[in-house]
Amino acid sequence: MNEYPRDAAAIVGIGHTEFSKDIGRPERTVALEAITAALADAGVSPHEVDGLVKFSLENTMEVEIARNLGIPNLTFFGDVAYGGGAGCGAVGHAAMAIAAGVAETVVVWRARNRGSGGRPWATRGTNRVGGEFAWFLPWGLSRPVDQIAMLTRRHMIELGSTQEHLGAVATAFREHAQRNPNAMMRKPMTMEDYLAARWVSEPLRLFDCCLESDGALALVMTTPERAKDLKQPAVLVCAASQGIGPDHLVMANYFTANPMETPARFAAQELWRLAGMGPDDIDCAQFYDAFSPLVIISLEEYGFCKPGDGGPFAAEGNLRLGGALPCNTSGGSLSEAYVHGMNLVLEGVRQIRGSSTSQVDDCNALLVTSGNGVPTSSLVLRKP
Amino acid sequence: MSAPQRPVPEFDDVTTAFWEACARHELLLQTCSSCGVVRHPPRPVCPSCLSWDYTWKPASGRGRVWSWVIAHPPVLPAFADKTPYNVAVVQLDEGVRMVGNLVDVVNDEIRDGMPVEVAWEDVEDGVTLPQWRPI
Repeated sequence: MNEYPRDAAAIVGIGHTEFSKDIGRPERTVALEAITAALADAGVSPHEVDGLVKFSLENTMEVEIARNLGIPNLTFFGDVAYGGGAGCGAVGHAAMAIAAGVAETVVVWRARNRGSGGRPWATRGTNRVGGEFAWFLPWGLSRPVDQIAMLTRRHMIELGSTQEHLGAVATAFREHAQRNPNAMMRKPMTMEDYLAARWVSEPLRLFDCCLESDGALALVMTTPERAKDLKQPAVLVCAASQGIGPDHLVMANYFTANPMETPARFAAQELWRLAGMGPDDIDCAQFYDAFSPLVIISLEEYGFCKPGDGGPFAAEGNLRLGGALPCNTSGGSLSEAYVHGMNLVLEGVRQIRGSSTSQVDDCNALLVTSGNGVPTSSLVLRKP
Repeated sequence: MSAPQRPVPEFDDVTTAFWEACARHELLLQTCSSCGVVRHPPRPVCPSCLSWDYTWKPASGRGRVWSWVIAHPPVLPAFADKTPYNVAVVQLDEGVRMVGNLVDVVNDEIRDGMPVEVAWEDVEDGVTLPQWRPI
């Protein structure tokens, strides 16, 4: 196998729209706004962009971005599938293109009007469901929350996580959101508030679920060499990994021999190998948090805690700013906005730059993860 | 206005035999003809030995509750009159797992490892879902 090109690309610009329940502008518009903002942040002209990487679920195609921004040619373009599992993978694909020399200035973006645009699981055109959906939708395991609640219950049975552990995740991230003026949910939330909220899919309550948001985010990447001449401090993509694991069934991944061995475990093993570091080297993490239990599972899968210790680790306050591993310092998907986790990548960049509203002291290396329970991906970002 | 339609499985080249058996109230499991591994959900190739040959063997129809959820509103319109309703994953005695609803049970009395047997729900002409009843 070839040697992995560690630190071969840098994130040099970030941009985003506001986040809201109903942003009032179509996805194409907010995509262009976020990309334009990221390019301005980097001090890079759209004429210099030669690569675009998107989520497969993105509704705006590369050609639409290119012809609006006057991008003269794209030598690299591609996309990564599996919804929220894609984000870190898209950054990883861009980094590989830069490392391979097929593109020099690559934009990655996600635009999604998920707040005003309806629920994808509720808008199927027919009542006939094929493929993997045939094995869970007919029984009313319809919503992402139902599918992750099933995994959560099993985690509770096998590994002892509790309601209060989940509440510790949700309340910690809400604390971080209170300091972030862009966050959608800034009202204080106590454990009592959390436990008093209604069930959505037992064992998950309202505040275990991410927000429903409209918004777009983008980032600009280039070579570390070129990054030295640009406006912002460079943030290196130390390593990026993807993982699926055996016998995977998307979202309803209960059929493999050991469903507690989630895609994240496979992405984690590969990430630490590629990065040449481990959990002890990480100063801050942005865990994909479409649902609070995914954070506890990720703490265990990425090796910060032994299986079963993720919940107690959260309950001890370790995810809060000042804790052993401050996590989701913008408020995350639970309290800042849910844009398929791209806001987690941008917050990772801000932490390494030193510009977060919940800044971790001496943040030199940081983990970002993408959706778990689906084919997933992850990133280590660090200072040059 | 008619009631919203419940999602039902689309049969494909591999799964038709499974669903047609369900319509006869028979639970079959796809079994590799070459290495004997039982697999579910069904698929064309055996992931253990790469054989394309398989047979359908009658399942015991017994298993244990592996996990479950209780869905509360808002849910799909087709399920709105059932809330709060349960959905479970059952681990069959053969080792494979299936999603289903637990019937003839009080939701608060569902427990991990609860023994269950297959029950049948005819949802529309030619489409029957395997369900699970505590024993």
